[in-house]
Amino acid sequence: MDFELSSEQLSVRDLCRDFARNEIAPKAAGFDETGEFPYAIVAGMGKLGLFAMRFSESLGGAGGDFLSYCLAIEEIARADASCAITLAAAVSLGIAPFVEFGTAAQQERWLPALLSGEKLWAFGLTEPEAGSDAGGTQSRASRTGAEWVINGRKAFITNAGTNISAGVTMTAVTGGSEGHKQISCFAVERGTPGYTQGPKYRKLGWHASDTRELLFDDVRVPADNLVGEEGGGLRQFLRILEGGRVGMAALSVGVAQACLDASIEYSTQRRQFGQAIAGFQATQFKLADMATQIEMARLLTHKAAWLFDHGGKPGVYASMAKLHASEVATACAGQAVQIHGGYGFMEDLPVARYYRDVKINEIGEGTSEVQRILIARHLIKRFEGA
Amino acid sequence: MKIVVCVKQVPDPNTPGQLDPSTHRLRRDGEVVLDPGDEFGIEAGLQLAEAHGGDVTVVSMAPERGVDAIRKALAMGAASGVLISDPLLEGSDALSTARVLAAAISREGFDIVITATESTDGYSGVVPQMLAGLLGVPAVTFAKSLKYDGTTLRVLRQTETGHDRVETSLPVVVTVTSGINEPRYPSLRGIMGAKSKPFQTLTTSDLGLTDVGGAHAGETMVAVVAAEERQAGEIIEDDGTAAKRIVDFLAEKKVI
Ligand SMILES: Cc1cc2nc3c(=O)[nH]c(=O)nc-3n(C[C@H](O)[C@H](O)[C@H](O)COP(=O)(O)OP(=O)(O)OC[C@H]3O[C@@H](n4cnc5c(N)ncnc54)[C@H](O)[C@@H]3O)c2cc1C
Ligand SMILES: Cc1cc2nc3c(=O)[nH]c(=O)nc-3n(C[C@H](O)[C@H](O)[C@H](O)COP(=O)(O)OP(=O)(O)OC[C@H]3O[C@@H](n4cnc5c(N)ncnc54)[C@H](O)[C@@H]3O)c2cc1C
Repeated sequence: MDFELSSEQLSVRDLCRDFARNEIAPKAAGFDETGEFPYAIVAGMGKLGLFAMRFSESLGGAGGDFLSYCLAIEEIARADASCAITLAAAVSLGIAPFVEFGTAAQQERWLPALLSGEKLWAFGLTEPEAGSDAGGTQSRASRTGAEWVINGRKAFITNAGTNISAGVTMTAVTGGSEGHKQISCFAVERGTPGYTQGPKYRKLGWHASDTRELLFDDVRVPADNLVGEEGGGLRQFLRILEGGRVGMAALSVGVAQACLDASIEYSTQRRQFGQAIAGFQATQFKLADMATQIEMARLLTHKAAWLFDHGGKPGVYASMAKLHASEVATACAGQAVQIHGGYGFMEDLPVARYYRDVKINEIGEGTSEVQRILIARHLIKRFEGA
Repeated sequence: MKIVVCVKQVPDPNTPGQLDPSTHRLRRDGEVVLDPGDEFGIEAGLQLAEAHGGDVTVVSMAPERGVDAIRKALAMGAASGVLISDPLLEGSDALSTARVLAAAISREGFDIVITATESTDGYSGVVPQMLAGLLGVPAVTFAKSLKYDGTTLRVLRQTETGHDRVETSLPVVVTVTSGINEPRYPSLRGIMGAKSKPFQTLTTSDLGLTDVGGAHAGETMVAVVAAEERQAGEIIEDDGTAAKRIVDFLAEKKVI
C-alpha cells in the first residue's frame, strides 16, 4: 500500500493551490454577493487544462488520472465551492458522457470546446417530479423519421444558462411502459428551437454557480444526437454519476479543509478571558475532530479515485466517499461558524459563505439517503433472492 | 536561440527561515520550492523562445530533490533540464556555485543565460556576475524589460533613480527583476509532459571539477547579527517651512 502522491499529482495539487489562492480566493466573496458567473476564472481553469486533465490524450485530454482531478477539485473548493462545482459539473457531468458513451463524430463535434473550457455542457437528469427517483422521468422523446422530438422539463441544472453554455445531455423516455420505462440520452445544443432555460434560481449557496430550469417544447434533434444506446440512458447516467460523486466528495473535502484552515487561523488570534481561544480545550477538541474527520473523508475519496484509476469502477466507494465527505463538510462548516462566534455569522469573513455553500453537497448527485440506500443494497445483495 | 535559465531551489519563503547556529547557514531540511524569483527568469526565457524560436534549458545546482524545481520549469514550458547534484557540493560558496553552473552551461552552449538578480534565500546577488566572468561574456543586471531584434538585445536596467537603456549583442548573461513579466502557471498538459522531457543529472566529475564545494569555499560565514533597529522617523512640525524641508529631504534621498 502506498499513500505517497506521485510527483505529477503533487504538481497538479500545487498548481491548483496557487491558482485558487491567487486568482479565486480574493474574488470569491464578490461573486457570492453579486451572483455573477466567474467567466475569467473559468477561462483561467481552461488555460491550465483542468477541464481536459483526466481524459486520454487521444481524445484531446491531458492524460491525467482521476486522483489528480480530485486533488484539483479539492484545492479549487478550498477557495470557492461555486468555482469548484462549475468545474466538477462541467467535467464529470458535461464532458464524461461524451467520453464514455459518445460516438467518434459526437466527440469530434463537441469535445474540443468543452475540453478547453471555452464552452460548458450540462447534464439534465433531475425533473420537477423526478429527483431521487430518476426512473420517474417524464420528459419524452419520440422518433419521427431522422429526428427525435423532445418534450418535457428539467430542474436544477448546473452550467445550463451561462453565456458559454453550449447545450445539455438529457434523459427522456423513449418507450416501455409505466414502471418499466425505457430511457435514452440526447445531446441538445443551445439555440435549438423549443429549447429554453428559466431564469437563475435564487439559492441558499453556490451563488456564482449557474443553475437553471430547462424547458423542451417540441425540440427536434437529429437521430445522431442520441448519446449511447437507445434505452440505455438511465444506466449510463447512473454510471456517470459514480464519477460525479467522487468529484463531489473531493469538493466536500476542500470546503471542510477551508473551514479548518479558517478556524485555526481565527482561534489562534481571537482572544477572550486573556488568552487565545485556541487555548481552550473546547476549541482544541473541535479542531482535532475536524482534522481527523477531514483526513478520513480525504482517504475515502482518494480510495474511490484510486479505484477509478485502477479498473474504472469505484462502485460503492463512490457512494461512501460522497456520503461521508459531504456530511463531514457540513459538520465542519457548523463548527467553523461556532469557533468564529458572532463574527462567523457575518458575511465579512468567508466561513458564513462556507456554511451556506456546504449543505447542497448532501443533496446534489444523489442525497445522503440515496447514498445509504446504494451502500446498503450492495451489502445485502448476496442475501436477496436466496 | 539557445536560452539557459538558472533556477535555484530554496526553503519555502512562506515558512520562516532558520539559521543553523553553528555554521550560520540556512537550514534547508524543510519544504523547498522553486525560488519564486526564478519564475520571472523562466517566463522571460519562454517569451524570448516563443518570439524568436529556439528553446529553454533550465540548469540548477541543488541536492537531488532539486528535481522538483526543474520539473516545475519543464511544466511551464522549458524544453530540457540539467541538475548538478553532488554531495561534494554541500556548503558551496558563491564562486563554487558559479563555477559549477558555468561548467554545465558551457557544455550545453548558449546565446542568453538568464538568472534572477538575487536569490530569495542566500540573496548575495553575485553568482550571475561571476558566471558571466567565467563564461567570458557581458553581464547585464537588473533587467526590467528585454527586447531582442535578431541581433541586439535591448534591456531597460532598473536603477535607484530610474532606468538605464543598455544594448548588447549575444551571448550574454542577463539578470531579471521580479515583476519583469507575469510568470505563467504550468498547464496540466505541461505537468504530464514534464516527465518525458530530456533531463540530465550531472556530478562534479562529469563536469571535470574537483576543487569546488564546501571544502574549497573561499567564503566563510563569520557571524550573523541582528539588523540594527530602525531609527524613529523625523517628525516635521509645520512652522511655514515644512513643505520645503520635506522636498529637500526627498531630494537628498534622491526620491525626487
Ligand atoms: C444547486 C443544485 C444543482 C443541481 N445540479 C443538477 C444537475 O446539473 N443535473 C441534474 O440532473 N440534477 C441537478 N440537481 C438536482 C439534484 O441532483 C437533486 O436535487 C437531488 O438528486 C434530489 O432530488 P430532489 O431535489 O427531487 O429531492 P427528492 O428526491 O424529492 O428528495 C426529498 C427528500 O426525500 C428523500 N428521499 C427520496 N427518496 C427516498 C427514499 N427512497 N428513501 C429515503 N429517503 C428518500 C431525499 O433523500 C430527500 O431528503 C441539482 C440540485 C441543486 C440544488
Ligand atoms: C545566511 C546565509 C545562509 C546560507 N546557507 C547556505 C546553505 O545552507 N547551503 C548553501 O549551499 N549555501 C548557503 N549559503 C550560501 C549561498 O547560498 C551561496 O553563496 C550560494 O551558492 C550563492 O547563492 P545566492 O543565493 O547568494 O546567489 P545569488 O547570487 O543571490 O543568486 C542569483 C541568481 O543566480 C541563480 N543561482 C544562484 N544559485 C544557483 C544554483 N545553485 N543553481 C542555479 N541557479 C542559481 C539564481 O537565478 C539566483 O536567483 C548561505 C548564505 C547566506 C548569506
